[in-house]
Amino acid sequence: MNVWQLKVGDSLPDSFCLGPISRSDIVRYQGASGDFQPVHHDEEFARKAGYKAPLVVGMYPAGAISLWAAELFGPESVRQTAFRFSAMVWPGDTLKSEGQLASRDGAKREIGLRLTNQQGECVLTCRMTFEREA
Amino acid sequence: MVAAVEGLSGARFEMPLEQGKLLEFIESLHGETRLWSHSSAHIAPTFLTSAFFWEARTESADVKRNVAFDPARSVHAEQIFTYHGPPPKVGEKLAGQSRVERIYEKTNRQGKVLTFVDVVTDFHDDFGVLRASATMRAIEFPEETS
Repeated sequence: MNVWQLKVGDSLPDSFCLGPISRSDIVRYQGASGDFQPVHHDEEFARKAGYKAPLVVGMYPAGAISLWAAELFGPESVRQTAFRFSAMVWPGDTLKSEGQLASRDGAKREIGLRLTNQQGECVLTCRMTFEREA
Repeated sequence: MVAAVEGLSGARFEMPLEQGKLLEFIESLHGETRLWSHSSAHIAPTFLTSAFFWEARTESADVKRNVAFDPARSVHAEQIFTYHGPPPKVGEKLAGQSRVERIYEKTNRQGKVLTFVDVVTDFHDDFGVLRASATMRAIEFPEETS
């Protein structure tokens, strides 16, 4: 299905799934992104900071879901990606998305995405805008 | 004092957009590499987060270090990447500069005062054109009183 033909309120044709997230996934993302915050990989540091374990870097699921959406609409059309983080993500979590077309205006499209964990808790919301060149 | 750094700008830093670095980033996010593995690929929506590498190599570029939030009481709350046109491509070189845009407080429903900081990084190309902006919002929660 051509996602550019979706109507406002239509669900995206596929859903995105990530996980179960491993510590290797976290370390690999940290190495690729340059975010070396120890709270995401250092057990002792995380516990001293009051966490039960190293927590997943928020930008890891954020980056993965926005990459998936960019692949649907086309990497050249991405104009804005905005995330709001609403809950911690832990190693072992599996995340799934639901998303709809929020608006369309000529060559512009906006989608809203929601990523939930295996308990159904929303861990992040994302709004992305795309624009197709004439 | 956290509020004292509001308005502070960091030094400009260079960020070359390298194909290998982009692919490493795409693979870490389980992307479809065939879409991103050509020599004129656009960067991924969140690739500019890897500016960490380039900021760290330039003295006084990383203004986030001047925001003295306690890591045990602070979280990354929001993140926005804005492209002012099609996203830049592999092979381009961007000049980034970060600033502490705003520091402010809000009181939550429990009556606790939370401190917010917005750090904005603008990315210009070789022609001086603003190509992208990244906004990072963090929140520091108050210390628990016993």
